Amino acid sequence: MFALDIGWGTTLAIKTIVILMIIPAGALILGYVFLLKVMSHMQSRLGPMDPGGFHGWYQLIGDGIKFLQKEDVMPTKADKRVFAAAPAVVVLSTFLVFAVIPMGPDLVVKDLDIGVFYALAVSSLSVIGVLMAGWASANKFALLGALRAAAQLIAYELPLLLAVVGVVIQAGSMSLQDIVLQQQNGEIFGWDFIGNPFILTQFIGFGLFLVASQAELTQTPFDMPVAESELVAGYMVEYTGFRFLFFFIGEFGTAFGFSALAATLFLGGWSIPGVDGDWANILGPGVLFAKLMIVAFLMFWVRFTYPRLREDQLQALAWKFLIPIGLINILLTGVFKVAF
Amino acid sequence: MTAPTHASARSEGPGWVPQPGVSEPSVGMNVELDTGDMVLNLGPQHPATHGTLRLVIRLDGERVLTADPVIGYMHRGYEKLTEFRTYPQVTTLINRIDWLSSFANEVPFMDAAERLMGIEAPPRAQWIRTTLTELSRIATFLLFLGEMGLQVGALTPAFYGFRDREHVLNLIEAATGGRFHPNFNRIGGLKDDLPWGWIAETRATMKIVLDACDQFEDLVLGNEIFGARTRGIGIIPSDVGTAYGVSGSNLRASGVDWDLRRDARPYLAYPDLDFKVWTHPDGDSYSRYWVRLQETREAARMVLQCLEGMPAGPIMAKVPRIIKVPEGEVWVETENPLGQMAYYVVSKGATGPFRVKIRSASFSNVSILPWLLQGVFVPDVITILASLYFILGDIDR
Repeated sequence: MFALDIGWGTTLAIKTIVILMIIPAGALILGYVFLLKVMSHMQSRLGPMDPGGFHGWYQLIGDGIKFLQKEDVMPTKADKRVFAAAPAVVVLSTFLVFAVIPMGPDLVVKDLDIGVFYALAVSSLSVIGVLMAGWASANKFALLGALRAAAQLIAYELPLLLAVVGVVIQAGSMSLQDIVLQQQNGEIFGWDFIGNPFILTQFIGFGLFLVASQAELTQTPFDMPVAESELVAGYMVEYTGFRFLFFFIGEFGTAFGFSALAATLFLGGWSIPGVDGDWANILGPGVLFAKLMIVAFLMFWVRFTYPRLREDQLQALAWKFLIPIGLINILLTGVFKVAF
Repeated sequence: MTAPTHASARSEGPGWVPQPGVSEPSVGMNVELDTGDMVLNLGPQHPATHGTLRLVIRLDGERVLTADPVIGYMHRGYEKLTEFRTYPQVTTLINRIDWLSSFANEVPFMDAAERLMGIEAPPRAQWIRTTLTELSRIATFLLFLGEMGLQVGALTPAFYGFRDREHVLNLIEAATGGRFHPNFNRIGGLKDDLPWGWIAETRATMKIVLDACDQFEDLVLGNEIFGARTRGIGIIPSDVGTAYGVSGSNLRASGVDWDLRRDARPYLAYPDLDFKVWTHPDGDSYSRYWVRLQETREAARMVLQCLEGMPAGPIMAKVPRIIKVPEGEVWVETENPLGQMAYYVVSKGATGPFRVKIRSASFSNVSILPWLLQGVFVPDVITILASLYFILGDIDR
């Protein structure tokens, strides 16, 4: 394939535009496929399957138009600037995560040496936006929701990190591109025809990662910050129209980002056995998308099935079970790494 | 960890109340990090209050210090309105007390009027009334079984509850013409006989209901998180429950073996039916769910028995064209889906009642909330509200 001879600035602009398009598109795809269609099937809902004829394809468009038409209400006592900035902060962290996720051998915005570290760090920026939203709303339900979110995200950063440490040890690198290549070129006991997706050896880490990311995404069974039956919608309760849409995009965009991260770390990312070079660049995004949809399906399946834990039970789960399991996983990984 | 007895929990005053699974904050910490109380207004517009119940909750962090239910946002003055209606007109009103099981509301009032007049509905009418009462019980409980899941955070059971209830509502609609407010009872019998094919249809639907119960048992009751959220939460000891006038499934979940279908003055066809009264010793939110689940199954079996033993014959007794009820007063109580439903009807010989006192179950069931909600967390407030299962119309009337 030919290399494009374009300047640094143009490349950056193209990359930025692509990222800016991927996240809302990904959020909409996830929202459409899972929130509207998979959930409708699982819950035998008729509404979202109806508009527009075939499979209710019009539902999401209708929802979007509805959001845009809504009046932009801001509470009188709200801290106006913080209130307005909060949704943007939440969405921003989602965009930042995607900057390091490789979609092909050459398709990556910036292959940082500390890609994993960076991705996990920026993904927790969203809690600042959530706190801003809860505090600025001048609403007790929003405040309770925001504080719950803060406590929860702090507790679940650690298991998330520990889950990933196993992968980093095994790959010997924190760059996401390296991790993908390791999986593509790896071998398990001499077999190398499917490479070595880390889910085969890091299945404990994969489980931990899914549980912890479920908490990071504030999805059921860890959706106390939004808890629509208790806090109505938690920190989002005062948001309407377009700002609410931002939170919606942030929620599903982050789900998209975490699924992509899980697919990259554990399922081999863009790599597919037997495809190399230019074809990997062409097929890569599609492969990554297919893998992340599998991960997202698991996440949303749990979301539509389980009830919600209580805040103290959630903390107990994190500190008593997930973190020790994560530490044991690291220990085992270390032992195997040295032994083999 | 052992759950503290409620007697000891009360004696410590309104401050920190021991809860299972929560360790007591040390005194030194408490002084240092003393936080102000926050008053949280739960309702009148809140999804967990099924309408317009308002709870004024004083919170320390997320722990409830006091909770005061404020009722009356939906008061419609039915007791007064009945004084300006004739007896047949009253059913329209009392349909709307507990709107999920309207048919069951009509039965005790009709019973009261018939007893004052000294007439009795023919057996077939009684059996059809029994069938429809049990169907409305199933409809109410199916909604509860889903709704409770929703309140603890699982969205899916709610949809299943609504879906399966729809089958039962279709049956009620087929027989009475109204999905929610049948207005089907007449003094001395019923408006119509059952439509052709209804019995076969009902048999098929009862199978759906029993399957739905199995599904709820798997999906909700069998779920570990559901157990963690409801076991040991909102324990009503049997003596406290009785003292507050809690009735129905809520009281049976506290281990009190008391069911008016069996224990009251015999009414409808219940003496001829074979059914079990389910109780649970724990008295927590989980056991309330469990008892209602078993009662849904029991009700489905009772409906099948009713269909089996349905006698032939007329559906209306001989009743004068203009109904005048002789002087007298009567207290009629029945076991409604939400608990003990009773009417105290005083007649002065006119076409309408002189005074009607409505004893609705939810009013008493909710009266225990200030006692029950002390010291629990905000999420548990919702669990407890959901597990007590009240209907606002039944509280405010």
